[in-house]
Amino acid sequence: MGVVHIRTPLDEESVLSLKAGDRVLLSGTVYAARDAAHKRMSEMIDKGEPLPIPLQGQVIYYVGPSPAAPGQVIGAAGPTTSGRMDKYTPALLALGLKGMIGKGYRDEEVVKAIARHKAVYFAATGGAGALLASRIRKNETIAFEDLGPEAIRKLEVEEFPLIVINDAYGNDYYRQIAYRAD
Amino acid sequence: MREIRYETIVREVAEMCKAANYELGEDVITAFRKALRAERSETARDVLDQLVRNAELAAEMRMPTCQDTGVAVFFVELGADCRVVGGLLQDAICEGVRKGYGEGLLRASMVGHPLRRVNTGDNTPAIIHLELVEGDRLTMHMSAKGGGSENMSALRMLKPADGWDGVKGFVLDTVRKAGPNACPPLVVGIGIGGNFETCAILAKRSLFRPIGERHADPEIAALENELLEEINRLGIGPQGLGGDTTALDVRIETHPCHIAALPVAVNLNCHASRHRTVVL
Repeated sequence: MGVVHIRTPLDEESVLSLKAGDRVLLSGTVYAARDAAHKRMSEMIDKGEPLPIPLQGQVIYYVGPSPAAPGQVIGAAGPTTSGRMDKYTPALLALGLKGMIGKGYRDEEVVKAIARHKAVYFAATGGAGALLASRIRKNETIAFEDLGPEAIRKLEVEEFPLIVINDAYGNDYYRQIAYRAD
Repeated sequence: MREIRYETIVREVAEMCKAANYELGEDVITAFRKALRAERSETARDVLDQLVRNAELAAEMRMPTCQDTGVAVFFVELGADCRVVGGLLQDAICEGVRKGYGEGLLRASMVGHPLRRVNTGDNTPAIIHLELVEGDRLTMHMSAKGGGSENMSALRMLKPADGWDGVKGFVLDTVRKAGPNACPPLVVGIGIGGNFETCAILAKRSLFRPIGERHADPEIAALENELLEEINRLGIGPQGLGGDTTALDVRIETHPCHIAALPVAVNLNCHASRHRTVVL
């Protein structure tokens, strides 16, 4: 099976070239954010406050890493379950977010929003904490440091192995495998 | 009366927390290799290979296999002829968790209140289930239980008339709804009977059995095998990307229950299945 090399930020051409089931190696900046950070960002959006990260063309990785040992860029850093961020996602897509990395299925509203705003949702292998950490070159906490593992981090990734689950055309790779209960 | 010192418990618990998170169990690695031989899907084999490779890399890179180092759950058997000196048993366990998760660079994954949601900073409190037993030993079974698998677990109060078919249906439904979310291949723990709360505890307790060990009662063992086959026929596969290996193991624990009740609890575990036991 062929693999596509993609760089962030994601432009429209890159996003439209991706289809559900594609194997991707992603390089560039991604922003780590999960439950608590998404809740705060959602409140900031409601209040009209500027967000701590750029969204236009950017990719969010749903991860809360374990602490890094001295000399390590990051601790174990596999994906958390994306569905918990579904509630907050359409608003971020509307503001220009182009990619999300996590694991597990997204709800119908998010799948439609991904197509409507021309974005893409990738899955990384759940539980592969060390394997994925080995592809992270830089790790900087940039917001919400008080949230500890749930802080927002700016990560530089190199050839991060991903599978496209939801593409800009409304497809869902988990559904294509045709077992999912509704 | 045999005495066990508080400090001993703290030290042993800390070591268990680290070991559980840094090294996958032998039974897990064996199960991966067995699955790799039988798996027909190339994608599935690729995912299983990644998980085996991840365990090796974690050891090389000196990090936990997964970033979700979990809630620390303990099943403790305290011998009637044994007592803890120097402090309370549950305090010793919590201090051990604090020490192990701190020293081991494991993630602080607990919030102090489910609604206020402020991280406790040290992965305490532990969740402890205590039982008094005969003898003079203190046995502690520890599970590093991640959130993903726990979140897809479920409990239902079936009717006695639903019977084994009803139980099977509920288990398959639960696994189907979980799909990719609980990080298959899964270890499926099932509690049947008891009360609303005991049913869940049975299911959690069943997760501590090594992969491949069947129930002592041959009838129940047959049901375990039957369910494992049917779960794998769902075709969800590793990471929900399709394949023959949706579950590595199914285990059932039963308990007497009310004449009007058939409670069933399904506690899912991800493929990491992180368990350790120490006998003091």
